[in-house]
Amino acid sequence: MSMKRENSLVFWLFLAPVLVAFTVVIVIPFFLGVAYSFTNWTSSAKADNALQFVGLQNYLSSFKDPAFAHSFGITIFYTVLNMVFINLVAFSLALLVTSKVRLRKIYRVGFFVPNLIGGLILGYIWQFLFNNAVPALGRLVPLFSFLTQAENLILAKNTSAIMALVIVGTWQYAGYIMMIYIAAIENVPVELHEAAMIDGASPLQRLKAITLPMAAQAFTVTMFLTLVQSFKQFDVNVSLTSGGPSTMFQGKPILGTELLALNIYNTAFLSNKLAEGQARAVVFFLVLAIISLIQVSINKKKELEL
Amino acid sequence: MSSAKLARLAAEVVTLVLFVAFLFPFFLVLINSAKTAFEVTQFPLVMPSDWSNIAKNVATIWTSDNIRYPASLYSSFIITVVSLAAISLLSSQAAWALVRTKSKTSNIIFFVFVAAMVIPFQIVMFPLLSWLRAITDLTGIRLLRSYAGMILCYVGFGVSLSLFMYHGFIKSIPVELEEAATIDGCSRAEIFYRIIFPILTPIHATVLVLNGIWIWNDYLLPLLVLGKGNAIQTIPLAVSNFAGAFVKQWDLILTAILLAMVPVIICFLLAQKYIVKGMVAGSIK
Repeated sequence: MSMKRENSLVFWLFLAPVLVAFTVVIVIPFFLGVAYSFTNWTSSAKADNALQFVGLQNYLSSFKDPAFAHSFGITIFYTVLNMVFINLVAFSLALLVTSKVRLRKIYRVGFFVPNLIGGLILGYIWQFLFNNAVPALGRLVPLFSFLTQAENLILAKNTSAIMALVIVGTWQYAGYIMMIYIAAIENVPVELHEAAMIDGASPLQRLKAITLPMAAQAFTVTMFLTLVQSFKQFDVNVSLTSGGPSTMFQGKPILGTELLALNIYNTAFLSNKLAEGQARAVVFFLVLAIISLIQVSINKKKELEL
Repeated sequence: MSSAKLARLAAEVVTLVLFVAFLFPFFLVLINSAKTAFEVTQFPLVMPSDWSNIAKNVATIWTSDNIRYPASLYSSFIITVVSLAAISLLSSQAAWALVRTKSKTSNIIFFVFVAAMVIPFQIVMFPLLSWLRAITDLTGIRLLRSYAGMILCYVGFGVSLSLFMYHGFIKSIPVELEEAATIDGCSRAEIFYRIIFPILTPIHATVLVLNGIWIWNDYLLPLLVLGKGNAIQTIPLAVSNFAGAFVKQWDLILTAILLAMVPVIICFLLAQKYIVKGMVAGSIK
């Protein structure tokens, strides 16, 4: 066998398994998914049996549905808050554990641990905390006795339930983002700090003039990661609030904390509108793709300026 | 006290308080796993009256037909280990083939894999189910509610990021190494398995950690592919089924959660260094 033929044979043999898995699991479902979103696809019908083209109907009825509009709104709200909180907490934690505090190695591990446990399990833990431990605190401390009342349960009210999602989201993710910031901070050459100290720069000045600009690359990464992660949140949503409590929006009863990923799932499986759920998934994909592109380009520009 | 010393003390205190706050939810799980149903609802914040309850609760969970903990642990283990082995072997060999073959086809294939990282699971999940069912109808290979289908999915969803990371590393390996081996009579395939695959150890570690944490904790994909009430279920599925069936029985739910966390915590303590390094490396790529 000639060298060239052997090379090309090995090339395709080595690629074949991943190409097959990737095509079966992602490529074909992706194109099927986009196509199905323009049809009357239902779960009861066989895949290609009596499939009819319905144009933009699934998209139009999605945008007319108050539940979808509300989901969209709170997902953006949740994503923005989550990004801000995670990055603030993570950067502060990183500054603390890269300073000379004792036991800093142990602290790092502790802050990182929630990230190892799945979101589903974390959500259940916090459901217990909000529904049982917080009222119990009200019983123990007279000052907080208002916490014992059922209507004051954090997960019983819409706004506070969304904040609860943000708290859990921050707790879940801050330790991981902290590790990225630590790597960035530790990459700053010690000489820079030494030189600045000789010049009489205060710790705050050094943070502004040295650490922050040197960590610019890390900010691109962390902002992007937290944005995408928050926008896709599903597991914690399911186990912490299951989308509840219900509320009224545009004259229709809807789930108050149903983020987009859960809304897509519920549209298909609870309301049995598979094609409409698929259309929402396409919108979900488009938003994610556009936001990601914008953010990366903005951050790239920023790095150049610094 | 000087202001520098004061700042240092403040940092110590703040970090300690945050550390305690971060771990407090886990502490709650632990103490409430050692309580009776009555104690959990009445006194969730006090220490348990009798720690031996923890053994009783663990025994209940371990033998419960509703959670089937030992079977779920086994299934989670099989799915994670086989998927990880397949992902690391198959995506490293594919990455090597792509790096060492300079052609338009090779560039396009690499680009498609990388571009696919933007695709969220939501857009493929519904068609994936009907399409896997269609494959089963056509070929008789059972993909839904089976190990084979579950592992196939993890390879498909895991390959993009893994291949990308191997690709970046392999580019930095000098070709001269492979040329020398060719002169010594190694075939192309031998070169990869004997020489390149072992050199990739640091990337293997990152790939195993990133995919391992994802697969072990994943909920939605197994929920769809394995389904509810299946003989094969992963730990997150088992916990969610159990919590759904035993609403408000927090003594048992929290014990189930404790048991679900134990394997992860043990793994983490054993391989802490690699896990932190791997996750940071994976994020920066």
